[in-house]
Amino acid sequence: MLSRTADSLYWLSRYVERADYLARVLDTATRLSSLPAAYAGTGNEWESALITAGCLEAFEEVYDVPTAETVTEFLVSSNRNPSSIRRCLEIARFNARAVRTALTAEMWETINGAWLELQGFKTKSLLSTDLPRFLDWVKEVSLRVDGSGHRTMLRNDAYWFSRLGIYIERAESTARILDVKYHFLLPDQSPVGGGLDYTQWTAILRAVSAATSYHWVYRESLKPWLVADLLILKEQMPRSLAACYGNIVANLDRLAEAYGRKGPSQRLARTIQTRLVNNRIENIFQAGLHEFVSDFIRDNAAVGDAIGKQYLA
Amino acid sequence: MAFDEMYTAEGEIRPAYVGVAKWMAAVAPEQLERRRAEAELLYRRGGITFAVYGDTQGEERIIPHDIVPRVLSSDEWSRLAKGLEQRVRALNMFLADIYGPRNVLKAGIVPEDLIWRNPAFRPEMVGLRVPHGIFVHIAGIDIVRIDANEFYVLEDNARTPSGVSYMLGGREISIRLMSDLFATHRVAPIENYPDQLLDTLRSVAPRGANGDPVVALLTPGQFNSAYYEHSFLADKMGVELVEGRDLFVRDEVVYMRTTEGPRRVDVIYRRIDDDFLDPLTFRQDSALGVPGLFSAYAAGNVTLANAIGTGAADDKDIYSYVPEIIRFLLSEEPILKNVPTWRCREPKDLGYVLDHLAELVVKEVHGSGGYGMLVGPQASREEIATFAARVKARPEGYIAQPTLALSTCPTFVESGVAPRHVDLRPFVLSGANGIRIVPGGLTRVALRQGSLVVNSSQGGGTKDTWVIEC
Repeated sequence: MLSRTADSLYWLSRYVERADYLARVLDTATRLSSLPAAYAGTGNEWESALITAGCLEAFEEVYDVPTAETVTEFLVSSNRNPSSIRRCLEIARFNARAVRTALTAEMWETINGAWLELQGFKTKSLLSTDLPRFLDWVKEVSLRVDGSGHRTMLRNDAYWFSRLGIYIERAESTARILDVKYHFLLPDQSPVGGGLDYTQWTAILRAVSAATSYHWVYRESLKPWLVADLLILKEQMPRSLAACYGNIVANLDRLAEAYGRKGPSQRLARTIQTRLVNNRIENIFQAGLHEFVSDFIRDNAAVGDAIGKQYLA
Repeated sequence: MAFDEMYTAEGEIRPAYVGVAKWMAAVAPEQLERRRAEAELLYRRGGITFAVYGDTQGEERIIPHDIVPRVLSSDEWSRLAKGLEQRVRALNMFLADIYGPRNVLKAGIVPEDLIWRNPAFRPEMVGLRVPHGIFVHIAGIDIVRIDANEFYVLEDNARTPSGVSYMLGGREISIRLMSDLFATHRVAPIENYPDQLLDTLRSVAPRGANGDPVVALLTPGQFNSAYYEHSFLADKMGVELVEGRDLFVRDEVVYMRTTEGPRRVDVIYRRIDDDFLDPLTFRQDSALGVPGLFSAYAAGNVTLANAIGTGAADDKDIYSYVPEIIRFLLSEEPILKNVPTWRCREPKDLGYVLDHLAELVVKEVHGSGGYGMLVGPQASREEIATFAARVKARPEGYIAQPTLALSTCPTFVESGVAPRHVDLRPFVLSGANGIRIVPGGLTRVALRQGSLVVNSSQGGGTKDTWVIEC
């Protein structure tokens, strides 16, 4: 297939996934900021949301202080934020339109339909009364896009590139949450079971829609190292780093098999996957959770670059 | 009084429309409105849109689709089809001639300066051989009707005619939303158009191509007004939809960049104008084209459809000579008539045109899309005066035609069903195995009462066109 087509499919998925992630980040920040300081901590949840979204710098060029209003506006609909939710969905649709021929009718109609619905949300009400409904809608859109792709696309390179986009973006998102919140997960930071930590752990789990899964996997009350274990190493958890890399490797292998040739992206992804599969959370804590997560974010970006060079240029 | 395709002057229903009339009498107006709204929704959701240049408001609009079909009898169609085939055959021979032996010019059939001074004539093409001598692989011939017996050619489109996706989309709407009416007619199918197009394109592959030539559709990109059509056709044919940056030329061979490395391209169905195809040969500021494409084309390593320079056969000046071109090159009588045309470049005609502006339609020779024209009977005195000045200043830039009473068809408008003016654009495919035309074409309808302008950029809509046995 055309490199440009593969590129558009890959980024289409990444942007839909990113919109979904931003919606979760905002959800979490809204929830935390409405709690008394004794539970939520004295840190600025809105600033934390910006860091988790990876756009603090861009924000600071536009606004001075991160508040509920400024951050929500910036992450939801700002034209000056190249990856606000609105921009993400617009770019996703732009990419979809560029590669209509590689999409099924169902997928196109889902994305185009979402873009049309997006025009119906008026910025003003969206930032106040409509915000929860809008964030739910964004999450639903990602489910629809994901589902229509999964149910209708041929299992060939087009599908594999679109899946790669989802998992590279998702791995980055999960890692970013860990990167921002890691200090709440360090075991001896404060007495276990304190109100503050408990709220933060729940928030982390909620941001990756794993609050319920946690209990099914561990059948225990919340423990910070288990939260980290779930997000990093548990393959059953669809947003864990291990699950993302299982999928990245699988999709890259399918491409390599179809094209009859492996390259740097396959090798790099497999190295990262091995590191996740053969690890225990104790070892990660011992070597330093923060370092582990920073390294992962760097390596994940390198896989993205390798895919770009190998296939998309 | 315009010729109505459904009713005779005595108010009787013509045979082809008996079924439609019965259906219209039986269906409640709210039903019609519901179906119309549903059709619009289908177009919106499908993103079947077009862009109007210079319109800052809506980046994408849909062309209104009228759900009442336009019906032609198979007898009418077969007459029309013969005429279309003849005309396109002549246009291809004409292009082969002006870029080759120039017999048409030598014999004085067409004045030489009409060719030499025509900006659409491409000197680069002189002496160049194209596969099977075919220049216009896809033609859109605009047809109008003014009485029961005659079809007139209004315009030839030999460059990159568009609209076929609306023809096919309109049929899908009929099958889905008008199934009750559709089921009572034997409508000739048109769904095989993309197959025929692919077949036509593959048939003109360069000699060097192997048995399975690679076809690609070259689009200017998603900001082009016809982008939907480009992606639609590429999808239906199962060929890659490429932009200029997806292609490159090495050693006079065209390749596309794929995830598996470069892949050779044999036939390019290009929907980019000549000017923008190759910045090395044509407009240097073109970012849409492919540097070196012309060299690969001239070397015979890739086929472009349509060929370069086909615009020399379809401007409104040449149009007026087509009947004579047919007689000269084919030694046949033209089957389809031309609309009588005054050439303002000829002093005698100019005098007549200036005296009769209020009754004529005056068009720019190199204009298209319904822009830059004067419809005399609907123009104010000032408009006529301004236009007269323009024509006097540059007479060779204009032709004039009588204001034709285009035929009307029943059309669903706010006030119910009412007659509206229509034209027809059949799509004619020319390949190594001859000429093929799917029955019907795109009917365009002027939705405003009394309007004769059917262009989509000027408030026109479309209709499904049925060729039926009756």
